[in-house]
Amino acid sequence: MMKLKKGKLLIDQHNKNYMYGKKFGGNYVPETLKKPIEDLTNLFEKLRYNKKFLNERDYYFKNYVGVPTPFFKLNNLTKHLGGAQIWCKQVSKANGGAHKIYNATVHALLCKRAKKKYIIGDTGAGYAGKMLSMAAKKFGLKCKIFMGTKDIVRQAVNCRAMRKNGAEIVPVNSGSRTLVDAVSECMRYWVSNNDTTSMCVGSTVGPNIFIKICAWSTAQISRELIVQVKKEFGKVPKKLKLINCIGGGSSAMGFWNEFIDYDKNQVELIGVEAGGPKDSKRHAAPLTNGAKIGVLHGALQYVIQDAEGQIEETESISAGLDYPGVSPLHCLLKDSKRARYTSATDEEALAAFKLISKLEKVRPSLEPAHAFAEAIKIAPRLNKDTIIAVNSCGDAKKDMNIIKKRLGCSL
Amino acid sequence: MRPSNIALAFKKCKQENRPALLTYTVSGDPNKKKSFEILKAISSYADICEIGVGHNCNTGDGKQIQDSTYRAIKNGIKINDTFAIVKKFKKTKNAKPCILMGYYNSVFQYGENRFIKKCKQFGVDGLIVVDLPWPENKNFSKKCKKNSINFVQLVSPTTSSYRMKRIINDSHDMIYYISMLSTTGGKLKVSPKEILENYNKIKKINKSKNLVIGFGITIKTISSLTKADGLVVGSALCKKISDSIKNRQNPVTNIGNMVKNLKRKLYA
Repeated sequence: MMKLKKGKLLIDQHNKNYMYGKKFGGNYVPETLKKPIEDLTNLFEKLRYNKKFLNERDYYFKNYVGVPTPFFKLNNLTKHLGGAQIWCKQVSKANGGAHKIYNATVHALLCKRAKKKYIIGDTGAGYAGKMLSMAAKKFGLKCKIFMGTKDIVRQAVNCRAMRKNGAEIVPVNSGSRTLVDAVSECMRYWVSNNDTTSMCVGSTVGPNIFIKICAWSTAQISRELIVQVKKEFGKVPKKLKLINCIGGGSSAMGFWNEFIDYDKNQVELIGVEAGGPKDSKRHAAPLTNGAKIGVLHGALQYVIQDAEGQIEETESISAGLDYPGVSPLHCLLKDSKRARYTSATDEEALAAFKLISKLEKVRPSLEPAHAFAEAIKIAPRLNKDTIIAVNSCGDAKKDMNIIKKRLGCSL
Repeated sequence: MRPSNIALAFKKCKQENRPALLTYTVSGDPNKKKSFEILKAISSYADICEIGVGHNCNTGDGKQIQDSTYRAIKNGIKINDTFAIVKKFKKTKNAKPCILMGYYNSVFQYGENRFIKKCKQFGVDGLIVVDLPWPENKNFSKKCKKNSINFVQLVSPTTSSYRMKRIINDSHDMIYYISMLSTTGGKLKVSPKEILENYNKIKKINKSKNLVIGFGITIKTISSLTKADGLVVGSALCKKISDSIKNRQNPVTNIGNMVKNLKRKLYA
């Protein structure tokens, strides 16, 4: 079994070939990208220990992103379920409405330092794109966002926001017309334009350096959370469960980062993948369903594919989770048994959204609704000393059309 | 040791005082049968045939090769079919050395050793794995060499001089120089003069290696680059197949003619 090293950040637990547990990650990229990746790696490794850069990051996190995001108990939901206490870390209160703002801000800062004027990124749910367009505007960068045409239709709200921020949306019509093809197309564009352009990968996926930068950026969430937890409970509770949805896995990495060294009997990490429509077999759940290891977008990971290694299409109501692969960091957490992974169906996520909307003021988007579905499932079986914290990492405004259509209610 | 078929092909072209013509078409495009016939039509004029093993999440290919790839996958091409095509092609009269070009996940899922064994068995002469750069390819390239298969290293305008020396040192008979920052099939955005300047710098490091140029080469640009050891034309052929289908023409004849014309340009 793979073992994690204590006292060392998960992102740094790779060998010299950038592999985690010798099995996951790496840099499987065309030769043309080797140099820009090396340049970005050198820049980031230097800046992450640079006081001035850290101050700059913290300044913008505080004054632009808006930290800390709230952490509070969902009293009505807890009472309704009659078991464990359910708490919510409302990351969606961050500027722009989701956790993607942390990574986007850091990439924009790095782009400035690299003296590049253009920044590109991929997006599924549209949050990574929206946040990158915001950060680009804030820091005076020109921005292009690659997005599958299926997602452009279903996440029109975020597309409007991107355009308003002056970003150009590049529609991607190949393959499944969702996130997976958007990432491929974005990487292709970078192959052709890396001399003038910085690339931001929207989640903890891709070549190693992008995984690192993203997880390092979202770690802000758990730095806040551990302080908030200690303030509420006096210490880290004896039974704490941190539940997070998993697409690429960036919000979960941020939510869990400070808690990975805790014993799993004390702090359980639960990742919830997209189970898709209940009768569909095209789940976006590579960790839950035991997908094989393969290369996707430059890294070895568990990925949904056929026997020939062709990446298979997935299907989920939530565009942000609709991705056939998953972060190598989560593969490492799975194989070391530090985190547990499960999935929720479209229907379960919608039911969770409906229940929470009825009882609470929080309006999680369809991505964290998957995490809430798991919380609702397990809470009644647990006693009231168990604390379940759910990362509500996105706001439902972008999903209003889907929700209206499926549940017949507006927000 | 006996020189490889690839080395012999380059030697022959040098004797004729021209660069080698390398073609790239996707295996199974537009279907299994036609893609074999296309290879046969090419082989009278090309010196080395690159055969694409299409992958649906490739990160190095532009629209033309993507279109060919999706068409081939949709029409059911499997890796074993590609090996069968190579086997059959190698038995034809004008058969040329074959290089399979694809992405690492195809090899990884097939199994590195099993893949190499099949290559050897069916007469594949070389391999290009686009997303298995140096040093990630060190072990695999050694395994290829042991089995008398050429592992073709790629170098690009962004390759640092440190990497360049080591890559060339670890290369076999042929090295592939990517002409510009681009995916396949991009418009040539660098002047042929600049490409050849870079080319000569790389060539100087080890003159005995056959260095070919690819990316953005079409019937219009090919004659300006004839100083190279070899020139690869791929996207232009893939586009020709797409256009032929669209215009209800026979892609086999059209590709045959196109490669014939490309070849003629090399003597100019």
